[in-house]
Amino acid sequence: MPEIWQTAGFGLYIHWPFCQAKCPYCDFNSHVAASIDQTRWGDAYLSEIRRVGADTSGRVLGSVYFGGGTPSLMEAALVSRILETISATWTLANDIEITLEANPTSSEATRFEGYRAAGINRVSVGVQALNDSDLRALGRLHSAAEAQAAVEIAKDTFDHVSFDLIYARQDQTLQEWTVELKKALGIAGDHISLYQLTVEDGTAFGDRLARGRLPGLPDDDLAADLYLVTQEICDAAGFPAYEISNHARPGAESRHNLTYWRGGDYAAIGPGAHGRLTRGGQRIATETHLAPAKWLRAVETAKTGESSRVPVSQSDQFSELLMMGLRIREGVSMTRLERLGGSNGWLKKVSQLQELGLVDATDRSLAVTDRGRPVLNAVLRDLLAG
Amino acid sequence: MTDLAQIRNFSIVAHIDHGKSTLADRLIQMTGTVKDRDMQEQLLDSMDIERERGITIKANTVRIDYTARDGQAYVLNLIDTPGHVDFAYEVSRSMRAVEGSLLVVDATQGVEAQTLANVYQAIDADHEIVPVLNKIDLPAAEPDRVREQIEDVIGIDASDAIEISAKTGLGIPDVLEAIVQRLPAPEGRKDAPLKAMLVDSWYDPYLGVVVLIRVMDGTIRKGDRIRMMQTGATYGIDKLAVLKPQMVDIPELGPGEIGILTASIKQVRDTKVGDTITHEKAQAAEPLPGFAPSVPVVFCGLFPVDSADFEDLRGAIEKLALNDASFSHEMETSAALGFGFRCGFLGLLHLEVIRDRLEREYDIDLITTAPSVIYHVYMKDGTMRELHNPADMPDLTHVDHLEEPRIKATILVPDDYLGDVLKLCQDRRGIQLDLTYAGTRAMVVYDLPLNEVVFDFYDRLKSVTKGYASFDYQMEGYRQDNLVKMQILVNEEPVDALSIMVHRDRAETRGRAMVEKLKDLIPRHMFKIPIQAAIGGKVIARETLAALRKDVTAKCYGGDATRKRKLLDKQKAGKKKMRQFGKVEIPQSAFISALKMDS
Repeated sequence: MPEIWQTAGFGLYIHWPFCQAKCPYCDFNSHVAASIDQTRWGDAYLSEIRRVGADTSGRVLGSVYFGGGTPSLMEAALVSRILETISATWTLANDIEITLEANPTSSEATRFEGYRAAGINRVSVGVQALNDSDLRALGRLHSAAEAQAAVEIAKDTFDHVSFDLIYARQDQTLQEWTVELKKALGIAGDHISLYQLTVEDGTAFGDRLARGRLPGLPDDDLAADLYLVTQEICDAAGFPAYEISNHARPGAESRHNLTYWRGGDYAAIGPGAHGRLTRGGQRIATETHLAPAKWLRAVETAKTGESSRVPVSQSDQFSELLMMGLRIREGVSMTRLERLGGSNGWLKKVSQLQELGLVDATDRSLAVTDRGRPVLNAVLRDLLAG
Repeated sequence: MTDLAQIRNFSIVAHIDHGKSTLADRLIQMTGTVKDRDMQEQLLDSMDIERERGITIKANTVRIDYTARDGQAYVLNLIDTPGHVDFAYEVSRSMRAVEGSLLVVDATQGVEAQTLANVYQAIDADHEIVPVLNKIDLPAAEPDRVREQIEDVIGIDASDAIEISAKTGLGIPDVLEAIVQRLPAPEGRKDAPLKAMLVDSWYDPYLGVVVLIRVMDGTIRKGDRIRMMQTGATYGIDKLAVLKPQMVDIPELGPGEIGILTASIKQVRDTKVGDTITHEKAQAAEPLPGFAPSVPVVFCGLFPVDSADFEDLRGAIEKLALNDASFSHEMETSAALGFGFRCGFLGLLHLEVIRDRLEREYDIDLITTAPSVIYHVYMKDGTMRELHNPADMPDLTHVDHLEEPRIKATILVPDDYLGDVLKLCQDRRGIQLDLTYAGTRAMVVYDLPLNEVVFDFYDRLKSVTKGYASFDYQMEGYRQDNLVKMQILVNEEPVDALSIMVHRDRAETRGRAMVEKLKDLIPRHMFKIPIQAAIGGKVIARETLAALRKDVTAKCYGGDATRKRKLLDKQKAGKKKMRQFGKVEIPQSAFISALKMDS
């Protein structure tokens, strides 16, 4: 049987850490900077591409993902330099997927044509909501109309277009969300990501929640109902979920993200980027310097942005394979789980969870059922405690 | 050896916070027993927990040299006694070793329930009692009213009560004079066969078992061979000393004197408090009258949170037991909580003190199960069994009837709160015995079942009276009542650690309250969980904990893998703080919280 890294694809993640403003719910590595020297940053990215290229030589690159931050603040020329260097470094798959996350402001939409020319073939647009008051509450700088216009331009420009919405927002009713989601599916490209609002520690929302200043968030029952209605509406519109929060027309699933969930290898560059690579049969976790200025200096002086490189233990690999793999509808290969997890404890848990109708286990694969998906964290805690 | 006429032995009786320890400190300080620079607040309260809670647990002793106004040198022996009802037994035996007491009453507060209990012990021991009004320097002090109260409530003459401020030192010389002038000197014959009372004993890591004695008759010397009259054991005295309060060696102790000895005694349990010590050869004909042994009345299970700590817990409990013969323990196994100990205590404070010491001094996280009392289970075959743990309740078909321990509780409370106190006592199946007024304070006496008191009665009393009530009790024997064992079933499985004994008439109310509480205390699981209270096979209350419906991470991409995996590991560790019961995990806190009553 081939190893996971040979079958689950190989992708490159590029982190652009800058935003025009920090959103109050965002816990990603993003920073607001007055001016960015795009040539200097470009040189650093090129240097990092060559470094990780040498580390993964011979591999066929199946996907590239520009994430952030707000990568649509990158000039098209910079994206073009980066992609030229990538194609000079790896053999690219014929059907390579190259995604860039974009903000739906009008100024950023004017760059779409340049991105397409540089080689971007998929964009993921951060729409987040389709009404202006909720967009303001989420700290977004664009209007709903602007966002819809940006999606239309994107659909005219790229082969594949996805956009994000955040739901389970403050005071959002089941009825309001139903209307909004149907409208969203009406303008969607071939993919949509629907995230329940998660309040993370260390964000502005986290602070507000701790001080009791973030009222109107749904209780567990409403959150569950919102999730269920989302599945129903998306299924009916031909956008079934292939992952907890991701829906696509069949065949339009994100190849890059599937690499993560299937346990494949991914190289990662840019500040605070995490990679997983398999070298000589050993899976390793890589990390780069988190602070943008420190990362830039390290790349320029030490010729590497990497701050850590550690082997991933077999039990951690097992945890990650379950944690990532059970997010997708196809589930995880049973053979791989057994290889990493042995047969202690967890198999007994599998049969208990199966009795409860929360997982579906066959000789070939383990997957979470429609009932198990909304409580996946509890399923994981149970399996991993075994 | 000190001449009998120059010795005064005394104790101090007071309610918590009325200034007993501060007064003791002043007496020690003003007589130069301890140099000012060595003075440490509340010298005699040696355990951290004693100092923190402002209570005295073990009797402590100090010998004070005092030159009185008549120019003569006296030896004053103070035995500092515990103030709390749980340690009433220690109080009574300490009282028997001295001839007089200082009754300290806070002049801003007046007489409290604990003062009463202890002062009656002093009266029982035929003490001469000198009333002392403390905190006289405070603007709120009402010495005349408190004097009157002492006469009305306690019934002793308070006309020449000494007014002092232990804090500022005001009046302390008068207290020292009163000890010499008003308390009687001890009696005894130095050439009679040795009779020394074993007042207390404790374990010292350097000296081994240390025995506190009061010589009644005869003379005891270092090197003497002694016999314990009750146990028959004989020892050679290695060390003889007095406490100032540090040990100062002394060659001999005569009648009326108080001191300590060590004699290669291995365990505190080898010494019987109240025993009479005599010489191996020239024995006394009769021992001194003995004490009733102290017996545990409150029981609970102590289990380590982490089952890997069981051996540490065993070691810690055994060490504590070395120094506290009144604390009993035996191993217990609970299906819910694993291995632990069923422990017996003199009362709730004793329980709390032991638990605090285990957690603090030995660093062991504990689960404490609901405190319970000893029931007498009368079987149909005419035998009687003691029931220490509801889990051990015999099959009902063999049981004829049950008896439970009752107490006589005395509560002093400002009359504004009287109604709330009466309601609380009625709710706890109390029978009112007496209700009298002393000024604006009411004194209520209730006959109450101990099992209604052991859990949270005192907390409730404090809360309904905003802390103004004082409470004390004494055991009043056993009485038959309609008692049943109520089980809690979680997901159809009985949870032994949640079983309680309850009066049949109160079972529905208690059962309903417990299942409602548990519904909030147990986190939602992936399936719905029935929570039931049952007597025998009959369910008397039921709640259903709905299944968990939503717990999933919205976003999890390549960059999140490490962080989310670590989060999952942390949650996994959190699961360890839960107890697996069948398929259900119950948090530790639930075992106690579920039993707390809101009224």
